[in-house]
Amino acid sequence: MHQTFDLGINLLHVNQDGADHNRAHFDQWGITCFNLMSSPGAGKTVLLERTLAALSNKYKIAVIEGDMTTELDAERLRKYDVPVIAINTGRSCHLDSKMVAGGLHRLSHEYNPNDFDMVLVENVGNLVCPAEFEVGEHFKVALLSITEGEDKPLKYPIMFQEADCLLITKIDLAPYLDIDLQQIEANVRQMNPDVTIIPLSTKTGVGLEAWFTWLTAKL
Amino acid sequence: MHETDMTKALIMTVKQWWEAQPERPSISAVHLTVGKFTCVEPVSLQFAFTLQTRNTFLEGATLEIAETPLIAYCHHCQQEYEPEIGIKYTCNTCGSPMEDIRSGRELKIDRIEYAQQPCTKHLT
Repeated sequence: MHQTFDLGINLLHVNQDGADHNRAHFDQWGITCFNLMSSPGAGKTVLLERTLAALSNKYKIAVIEGDMTTELDAERLRKYDVPVIAINTGRSCHLDSKMVAGGLHRLSHEYNPNDFDMVLVENVGNLVCPAEFEVGEHFKVALLSITEGEDKPLKYPIMFQEADCLLITKIDLAPYLDIDLQQIEANVRQMNPDVTIIPLSTKTGVGLEAWFTWLTAKL
Repeated sequence: MHETDMTKALIMTVKQWWEAQPERPSISAVHLTVGKFTCVEPVSLQFAFTLQTRNTFLEGATLEIAETPLIAYCHHCQQEYEPEIGIKYTCNTCGSPMEDIRSGRELKIDRIEYAQQPCTKHLT
């Protein structure tokens, strides 16, 4: 005789509870948290370098850096004299709320968290699963480099559908590519009509001011 | 392989329920609902479930996955439509963007099926 029990709970409820817990800490400390997501090589780390160079003397910033195996990215960012907490995710292809909680724990022990204005989380380079695992962020930022092609938002929709801001990176390469920037924007707006879209280049600096303005307006 | 992590979370949740039962029943099936507009691949989930339940209280239990389609509601046309994942998300009739998702984002543990006699499997 078989019986059934109705559970009816979210498969990711443990991660979601952890994300809500992290967000409560951020709120208590007056920190705005941004989750930066993209495929590998879209330019998350160099964007953070430019962002820290421009803003770290005006705002108190900490970085939580997800990297599968190395501290290479974290080392690059430490030159800007801000706390960079590296989380080696091992073979996991995304940061989850528990890993970020570990990062927050370190931040709150080694520094006074109330001093900080923003935490920038650099997720593991992956277009698929980081979108499914909230870490406690207030805003999601997706990066898409123009070399990836116009169709990526259609093929990997969830990250683009959930993003509050989309940065189209490496636009200095546009003259060398057959890429239609407007088509990228139109494809993203099919599923996320209100997203802020900022095309930029960390090499030439085009668009960076618009990014800094968006970012600091959220604090 | 985020399905591996998800399966771990699934087993943890089911285990909590199981340990709270006085009889520790023998579980025959776990039912999930997985939306098509998620990052989850049911085949990978099945694979991970089979591997991770070996020699545990869930050994031999099946994972039953019901997939739900992506359905959006167009407020302009006041009707539901099915966007074509990977190809087109706007309303088939008027071309408005997809704003209101009615189905397809589910990742839910629905129910557990179990026999009344206690579990005699190796308990880990």
